[in-house]
Amino acid sequence: MSDNFSINREDILLSVENLSISFGGLKAVDGFSMSIRRGELYGLIGPNGAGKTTVFNLLTGVYKPDTGSIVLDGKNITGKKTTEINHEGIARTFQNIRLFNNLSVLDNVKAALDERYTYGLLDSIFRTPKFRRMERELDEKALSILKVFDLDKLAEYKASQLPYGQQRKLEIARALATEPKLILLDEPAAGMNPQETAELMDTIALIRKEFSMTILLIEHDMKLVSGICERLTVLNFGQILTEGETRTVLNDPEVIKAYLGD
Amino acid sequence: MSSFISFLINGISLGSVYAIIALGYTMVYGIAKMLNFAHGDVIMVGGYVVFLATSILGLPAWAAILMAVVVCTLLGITIERIAYKPLRGASSLSVLITAIGVSYFLQNAALILFGADTKSFNSVVNLPSLKLMDGAITISDETLVTIVVCILVMVLLTAFINKTKTGQAMLAVSADRGAATLMGINVNKTIAVTFAIGSGLAAIAGVLLCSSYPVLSSTTGSMPGIKAFTAAVFGGIGSIPGAMIGGLLLGIIENLSKAYISSQLSDPIVFGILIIVLLFKPSGLMGKQIQEKV
Amino acid sequence: MKLKYRKRALRYNLITYGMVIFFYVLWEIMMNTGNMSSLMKGMLVSLCYYSMLAVSLNLVVGISGELSLGHAGFMCIGAFTGAIFAMTIGAALPGWLELLIAIILGALVSAAFGFLIGIPVLRLRGDYLAIVTLAFGEIIKNVINVVYFGIDSRGPHISFKDSLSLGLEPDGVTIIKGAQGISRLPRNATFTLGIILLLISLFIVLNLINSRHGRAIMAIRDNRIAAESIGISASKYKMLAFVIASSIAGVAGVLYSHNLSTLQSTSANFGYNQSIMILVFVVLGGIGNIRNSVIAATILTILPEKLRFLDDYRMLIYAVVLIAMMLFNSAPSAIEFRARMAAKFARRKNSAEVDDER
Repeated sequence: MSDNFSINREDILLSVENLSISFGGLKAVDGFSMSIRRGELYGLIGPNGAGKTTVFNLLTGVYKPDTGSIVLDGKNITGKKTTEINHEGIARTFQNIRLFNNLSVLDNVKAALDERYTYGLLDSIFRTPKFRRMERELDEKALSILKVFDLDKLAEYKASQLPYGQQRKLEIARALATEPKLILLDEPAAGMNPQETAELMDTIALIRKEFSMTILLIEHDMKLVSGICERLTVLNFGQILTEGETRTVLNDPEVIKAYLGD
Repeated sequence: MSSFISFLINGISLGSVYAIIALGYTMVYGIAKMLNFAHGDVIMVGGYVVFLATSILGLPAWAAILMAVVVCTLLGITIERIAYKPLRGASSLSVLITAIGVSYFLQNAALILFGADTKSFNSVVNLPSLKLMDGAITISDETLVTIVVCILVMVLLTAFINKTKTGQAMLAVSADRGAATLMGINVNKTIAVTFAIGSGLAAIAGVLLCSSYPVLSSTTGSMPGIKAFTAAVFGGIGSIPGAMIGGLLLGIIENLSKAYISSQLSDPIVFGILIIVLLFKPSGLMGKQIQEKV
Repeated sequence: MKLKYRKRALRYNLITYGMVIFFYVLWEIMMNTGNMSSLMKGMLVSLCYYSMLAVSLNLVVGISGELSLGHAGFMCIGAFTGAIFAMTIGAALPGWLELLIAIILGALVSAAFGFLIGIPVLRLRGDYLAIVTLAFGEIIKNVINVVYFGIDSRGPHISFKDSLSLGLEPDGVTIIKGAQGISRLPRNATFTLGIILLLISLFIVLNLINSRHGRAIMAIRDNRIAAESIGISASKYKMLAFVIASSIAGVAGVLYSHNLSTLQSTSANFGYNQSIMILVFVVLGGIGNIRNSVIAATILTILPEKLRFLDDYRMLIYAVVLIAMMLFNSAPSAIEFRARMAAKFARRKNSAEVDDER
C-alpha cells in the first residue's frame, strides 16, 4: 500500500489540480484533482450526472475551466483548444459514438493521421509523387491500426454500416491513430451486451500491450471497472467522493451509499 | 429635428410590418424548425385578395381584410399539408428547397392570374392624418394604424400563447418535439395551427404594407419577406419578442439610412448591421445560446 | 489487403470528365454542321458557368456541409473584376491574354473576398450561416450597383453618387456607371473556353475531395467535435473549402462578364434568387455528388428555355416539378415506398431461382 503514496514525480503523466466549472449557477465539476501515472489504467466512476463526462470535456478543451490547471507530461495545457490538446497528446472517444459516418472505415482512421502524413494543397490538386507516396503510406499505416482491432477487412465500408460494437472499436482505433500519450474512453461499454463487453475488455488489454498506452476510463458499470482498473476516482454531484486503489474504493461505504442511495 | 421624428415614426411603422411578418417566420421556425421561404409570398396573396375584394367585388375594407385573413390562413394550412408535412423528418435543406419551390409557385401563379402589370392599391385606411408640433410633423393614418395593429397583434399573440392550451402546446413542441409527442400533444395539429396563425398574420401584414406602399405585383412579398426573415434572425429566431424588436429596429434603421445616407445603400446597411450583431451575439438579440451536448 | 477505393474514385472522375468532353464534341459538331438552334448556341457558355457555380457550391454545401445562400455574390465580384480589367489594362492586350489575366484576377479577388467574408461567416452555424451569406450576397450586389468608377491620367476614381462626382479629367473614361453597369464589353468568351474552365474546376474540386484536405473537410461535416478531438482544425478546413468555392465562382463570373456586352449588378443577375437557383441545381443533382451538379445545372438551364412556348406557365411548371421532385426524393414516406418497390422487384427476380431450389 505504502508505495502508492511515494509516487515518483517523473512517473506522473497527467496532473489535474482543483478543476471547476459551473453552468448557470450549477457547479458541474467542483475542485476536481487527480494524477495519473504513465502506463496506468485509471477509472473515473460515479452515478449518472456526477460530472464524469464534464471532466472529459474539460480535459479535452471542449469546455474551458473556471478554475484549476491541467498539466500533461510536464506541460500546462489548461485553456487550450481541443485541436491543440490533441496535438499535445490527449485523444478520446465519446459516450454517444461520434464517427465520420459518411466516410469509409479506412478514411476515419486516415483523417486521424492527418497531422502526421502531411502534404500541401497543390500536392492534392496536382496529384504529385509526394501525394501518391504519402497516400500509400497512409493506407498502410491506417490498415495496420485497423488490423489490431480486426477491422481491416471492413476498411472500405462506410463507418455507419458497422455494427455497434465495431463502431466503438473504430472510435478507439481512430483516437489511437493520433498517437496520444493518454487516451480517454467515455463509457466504452455503454449499450453493449455481456459478450461485447468481454470483447471490449480484451481490446482494452490489447491497447495497453500493443501501444503501451495510459488510459483514463469512465464507467458507471462498477463490475467492468473492478475487473480492469488499477486506481479509481469516484465522482458524486461534481465533487470527488473518494479515490485510491480499486478494491479499497469499491468497498468504501460512502461509495456504496452514493450508488445505492440511502 | 421634426424631420428626424417623422423619419423615425415612419421607420417604426415599416418596422411594425416587418415585425408582423417576422412573427410568422419565427413561430414557424421555432415550432417546425424550418425556414419558410414562401412566407413573404403569402403577404402578396393577402394584398391581391384585398385588392380584388375592394375594387372588383366592391366590399367594404373590413370585409376585404377578413377575407384576406381567411384566404391566407387556408392557404398556409394547404401549403403545409401538401408540401411540408410529407417532409417531416427529412433534411432541413430539402424542406428549404421545397419552400423555395412553393415561393416560385405562388409568384408565378399570381403572375398568370393577375398579369405582369403592377396594380395600384387603394389604402384601406381612411382616417385623418395626425399633425403634431403645430403641423411640423405629419403622421399619416396608415402609419398610425400600422403601429396600433402591430401592438395589438403582439398583445393578442402573447396572450394566446401563454393563456390557451394550443399556445402552451406550441411552446412545448418548440422546446422538444419528441417530449411533446410523449406528453400526448398532437404535433401535426400544432404545426398546422402555427402555419395558420403565421399566414393569417402575413395577410394582415400584406394589407398594411400595400396601404403604406401602394403598388402590388407578384413579387411584392419577396423583399419584405427576406427583410422580415433578417429581422427574425436579428432578434433571435424562434423568439417572439425577438421578432418584434428585430422588426422594429430593422424598419427604423432602414428608414433612417434611406433618409440620411443613401436610399440605394439602405439594404446593405441593414444587412451589414445584421452581420455585426450576429458576430457579437451569434443567436441574435434575444435568442438562446444553444450549446451542443458532447 | 487490396484497396479498391482509389480505382473507384478514378473511374468516377474519368466518367465525369468524359461526359463533359463528349457533350463538348457533340455540340461543337452540331454547331459546325448547322444542326443547332440559335437558342441553344446562345446558351452554351451559360451552361459552363452555371455548372461551375453548381460544382463550387456543392463543395460548400455538400462536401463542407454549410448552407450558403450568397454564392451569386462571388460570381458578381468575379464578373466585375474581369470586366473592369477588360475595359482598362486588358483593352490593350490581345484577346487570349486579356482573358487569361482576367480569369486569374477574378479567381484571386473572389478568393480574397471569400476569405474576408469567411472569417465572420464560418463562426456561425446552420440557418444563421445561411442568412449571413445571403446578407453578404445582397450587400455585394447592392454596393456594386451604386458604384461609379472611372480612370483618367491621374489614376482611378470612385464615387457613390454619380459620374460627375468622379471629377474625371477630359481624358478620363467612366467604366462603371452605377446601376447602368459596364457597357461595350469585348464579349470574347467561347464555348471552348467555358469547357476548359469547367474541366479545370472539376479537376480541382474532385482531386481536393480525394485528398487529405477533402477527407478533413468531410470529417468536420460529419462530426465537428470528433474531428477536433483528433486534431483537425475545423475553422482552417472550412475556410479552405469556402475560399476555393468562392474562387471558382469568381472565375464563373469572369466567364459570365465576357459573354455579355453589358454587365449590370441587378437582382436578376446576382441577387439571392440567383444564389438560390444555384442551390437548387446542387440539391436536385444530389448533395455532395459533383458530377450530378453538372448534369442538374445543364438540364435545369436548358429546360426552362426549351419550354419558352409555354409562356407564363413555364415557371409555374418549374415550381411544381421542383416541389414534386423534392417530395419524391426526400419525403420519408416516398423513400420507404421506393425501397418497398425495389424490394418487390428484386423478390420477383429472385423467385424463379428460389423455385428451382425447391
